[in-house]
Amino acid sequence: MTIALSAFDQELLDGTHGEAAAFCMRLLTRFAEAVGAESFIDIEAAHIDGCLYLGQVSLDFVEHLVRHKGRVRVHTTLNVGSVDLIHPELFIGEAEIGNGGARLMKAHEELGCMPTFTCAPYQTMFRPRFGAQIAWAESNAIVFANSVIGARTNRYGDFIDLCCAMTGRAPLYGLHITENRRAQVLVVIESVPEEWDDAGPACVAVGHTIGKRCGSFIPAIVGLPPHTQEDDLKALGAVAASSGAVALFHAVGLTPEAVTVDAAFQGQLPVETIWLTADDLRRTVRNLSTVPEGTPLVGVSFGTPHFSFQEFVKLMPLLDGARPIVDIYINTNRGVLEQLAAHGWDKALEAAGVTLVIDTCTYLTAIMRDMSGAIMTNSGKMAYYAPGNIGVDIAFGSLADCMASARAGRVVRL
Amino acid sequence: MSGPERQFPATLLAPGAAEAPVFLLAEPLSFWGGLDSSTGRIIDRWHPQKDEIITGKILMMKAGRGSSSGSSVLAEAIRLGKGPAGIVLLSRDAIVTVGAMVAAELYGIACPVVMARVEDWAAISSASRLMLQATGDAAFIALP
Repeated sequence: MTIALSAFDQELLDGTHGEAAAFCMRLLTRFAEAVGAESFIDIEAAHIDGCLYLGQVSLDFVEHLVRHKGRVRVHTTLNVGSVDLIHPELFIGEAEIGNGGARLMKAHEELGCMPTFTCAPYQTMFRPRFGAQIAWAESNAIVFANSVIGARTNRYGDFIDLCCAMTGRAPLYGLHITENRRAQVLVVIESVPEEWDDAGPACVAVGHTIGKRCGSFIPAIVGLPPHTQEDDLKALGAVAASSGAVALFHAVGLTPEAVTVDAAFQGQLPVETIWLTADDLRRTVRNLSTVPEGTPLVGVSFGTPHFSFQEFVKLMPLLDGARPIVDIYINTNRGVLEQLAAHGWDKALEAAGVTLVIDTCTYLTAIMRDMSGAIMTNSGKMAYYAPGNIGVDIAFGSLADCMASARAGRVVRL
Repeated sequence: MSGPERQFPATLLAPGAAEAPVFLLAEPLSFWGGLDSSTGRIIDRWHPQKDEIITGKILMMKAGRGSSSGSSVLAEAIRLGKGPAGIVLLSRDAIVTVGAMVAAELYGIACPVVMARVEDWAAISSASRLMLQATGDAAFIALP
């Protein structure tokens, strides 16, 4: 298959725009052949998941581009790294990963990437616009950009995300194309447990289910709680992209390409309908915990994906009262930290025994001091990955359940 | 050189040439979480070929699987001399292609990746050794 190259694509390959761009365009062309694309398009922005140290090759790739004086051609945000550069003392892992990871983060900045170091770039000033063609990595960011914002990206990853940023080009295939964004499976929520006043757990349960059951089909969801907010959809997408490979979902009446069921399906019929009852949702949420109620806890973790300022607004009233007796960690980004400081909330959180983790995430890297027992979280994504990634038991609960449990030192359900 | 009757045309995904024993994957393998790049050993505890070593083999896999971080793991294995000698796929796979291309570009170590035709799969996968030739725009698989 031959790919139709624009004059600019040819210049990139020929080295007119430097060896770093030529190197990236060579890789991008091979990638385009492997995914069956026939041409490239311009992108407005990129999000790079290249700051986690996965071995010497991670560093060699970026240093190669730095050595050839490469610069990104579009607004480029960075995903989390292996270390918290604001609080480097929090890192307690192997030196090779700590040092290599820190250099990796700096080297990306030298290419002109913005030091956002967040898995929630969509909740920073670099949030893309509806309809924007972008090349994003990080599964939860991809599903949020496509679903909640209506920007257009495929599931880009290792090396290719940066190649798109360095060339400003992406292969035209998949979710860049309108007809490929059509819903195929209808997910109907018949009832939501009446005891859940927070939309969070319902969204996590639905997200976990669509990840497991939709395969490569795009779901359209009907019947989410009416008070579902952006952060609930963020949690839904994050767990769907963990339990499965979901890159786009539609929530009818909530997401921009699904004003109606018909709009989500682009006038066609579903290939399958999945019905979910309150009992299904309860069972899914129960299965996210690997330990029962009453189990002693060693910590509580929030912010997988990174906590937004709005999530802190929900949390702050819950801090009033007795001081928690287990460690509480909250992953967030530099922009939110500035907002917290402006309100004096960073000090209030610290006084309440909360450790703010910036630039990285507790489920990926060695941060939590005590991992000898169970960890509680309100994040479906954390619950899905932490037992395998960092070898801890997990209790899943709402934000309020987690805070009550932090005070009790054991798993409590309100 | 083998005779033309034992040659099968293939699609070139990453260039290079290799001749080595065949390692046929019984199930798709996610390199991320499934391959130890420092030893070439399969470490996915659910994979039927767990603990076997793919180093220096022509790895045959019908399809790729798993996280895009697999590209880094494959490139790192090739860098360390623990990667496969070449890879034969039955469907295009971007994760495998990118991993092999990065190793070729950065370290000059070729791990050719080609896509075989469905009708040739039985004959190719029953061979004990294979030769891959993937240069220019063309590629073929041969039974030496």
